[in-house]
Amino acid sequence: MTLARFFQRRGPKREQSNDDLPDLWSKCPNCGAQIYNKELEQALRVCPKCAYHHRLPVKKRIEALTDAGSFELTSGKVRSVDALKFTDTESYPSRLERTKKKTGRENAIMAGRATLGGLRIQLIVMDFEYSGGSMGSAEGEEITRAVEIATNEKRAVVLVATSGGARMQEGALSLMQMAKTTFALEELGAEKMPYITVLTDPTTGGVAASFAAIGDVIIGEPGALVGFAGQRVIQQTIKQNLPEGFQRTEFLEEHGMIDMVLDRREHRQMLADLISALTNQPTVEVKATPVEVTPPPAKGGLFGRRG
Amino acid sequence: MALEFEKPVIELETRIAELELYGKENGVDMTDELELMSKRLERLRSETFDALSRWQRVQLARVAGRPTALDYFAKTFTHYRELHGDRAIGEDAAIVGGLARLEGRGVVVIGQQKGRDTKENIQRNFGMAHPEGFRKAMRLMDLAEKFELPIITLIDTPGAYPGIAAEERGQAWLIAQSIQRMTRLKVPVISVVIGEGGSGGALAIAVGNKVLIFENAVYSVISPESCAVIAWKDVKEAEKAAEALKLTARDLLQFDIVDSVIPEPKGGAHNDANMAAENLKKALLEQLQSLESLSTLELIQQRSARFRKLGAIEELA
Repeated sequence: MTLARFFQRRGPKREQSNDDLPDLWSKCPNCGAQIYNKELEQALRVCPKCAYHHRLPVKKRIEALTDAGSFELTSGKVRSVDALKFTDTESYPSRLERTKKKTGRENAIMAGRATLGGLRIQLIVMDFEYSGGSMGSAEGEEITRAVEIATNEKRAVVLVATSGGARMQEGALSLMQMAKTTFALEELGAEKMPYITVLTDPTTGGVAASFAAIGDVIIGEPGALVGFAGQRVIQQTIKQNLPEGFQRTEFLEEHGMIDMVLDRREHRQMLADLISALTNQPTVEVKATPVEVTPPPAKGGLFGRRG
Repeated sequence: MALEFEKPVIELETRIAELELYGKENGVDMTDELELMSKRLERLRSETFDALSRWQRVQLARVAGRPTALDYFAKTFTHYRELHGDRAIGEDAAIVGGLARLEGRGVVVIGQQKGRDTKENIQRNFGMAHPEGFRKAMRLMDLAEKFELPIITLIDTPGAYPGIAAEERGQAWLIAQSIQRMTRLKVPVISVVIGEGGSGGALAIAVGNKVLIFENAVYSVISPESCAVIAWKDVKEAEKAAEALKLTARDLLQFDIVDSVIPEPKGGAHNDANMAAENLKKALLEQLQSLESLSTLELIQQRSARFRKLGAIEELA
């Protein structure tokens, strides 16, 4: 047997031995507690012991913020073009192709019409798994179109933000999306339709400094990092350590930058209360979402990314 | 201080001047030699400046002695009256602005201001604004709108300041609000990138009906240095990053991010600030005239449509 064949035979066998059994338990990176995965899913990935907010996949987020079965996807119709012919260690088109394979999506946005307690909304969710939720031309276009639909159909917009910022590989074209999306939101405002943003971990750079920061109401998830500059950049600039809790949502609430820090499990009712009040509609009691329990993601995917 | 690629040109200029002086002082006729050398200088200038690399333009955009916002306020405009403060927290010297006249016509001018020496650079935080700077800009926009004056913004910043106090006071929020304020301005707005257009901090005051750029200015989502660190894990790759980012006037014109390019004197605006200021004036007058006939609503619609089409996308079936 050649050495190569020896390794070939060993490879698949090894993989089999580990991962085909479902992970029943997760360890909370915050309190160290062993959590039964089913319980974690049912709690919208909030640790039942310490309320640490694990990252929530986009589809789960949509389930959590809409009436069951009401979501109708409107995004997924555009893709970024490599206008700059950008290549560093890898070409931009190849990067996009890999990200598409990984996420099954053309860009970092999932948006669609939905109802929440019967209230008509347009929900826009950013996906951190897609290139760190970075904003290129396609993302800017999707958000703009989603807001335009809301303006035309008189729907409130709920935007769940997460992003490392504007996407470097599209240069100033990414930067322009900050203005483009803002123009669309101004039109929505002119129709007196509410725009509410939910800031999740992390939301920084050009996304934090444009549409994420101009919600009529801004809700922050507990412990989420939100700010203009990345922490490493600030550290390099000022050459000193950053204060405890710096740029976390609790810090931002204290400094008057957001309206509230709110446990994810309470977002549904809060959003319904805010939208109904702002549009002068009767109050609604929103039933809790029946959470569908799915197997947890592969190891290293979603856990422990928060530093 | 001269840039590396400028040095041969400057050396030749110096030699010509020396030779001229020598001829005069010693009564020697140097006409032929001087003519020959002048021709060579012209050729050298063309070779050096007609085909600048993107990285060289980044260097020119940042070169010490390049005209700043205040230089243009003084030379392109008259009667510049600087106004201070954000009416909330403080005065941010990284953003300057006030009232001025453009060929007699009243305008509000706003610009990012880098220092012209080390002392001023410290005072002005190298043109990197805190939230107060953006609030001051918005306050000046309010003033312009109230008195129906056109707004001219001059962009020249490495970016908004990444510091603790800036974050505490809502850097992201103030940039977002300034962009938002500009989307609904009822007066004509012309934004001109005069040097370095650094990311969100630049865009915060660059949402104009028309966006212009000087020939050797640059405008980008990230600095070449930061891009190099992210992409190649090495700041020394900034030259490569500058090429990749397509951040020059010509690149941006191709992407419709800017509407036109303002020519600079040979070798860059720092070689002849007066000529650069004249070129700016000509461009501003031309653009203002094109916007004058628009109603308030049309101005907002034109600005919105201008930004609506920006981006490089393809539709999927």
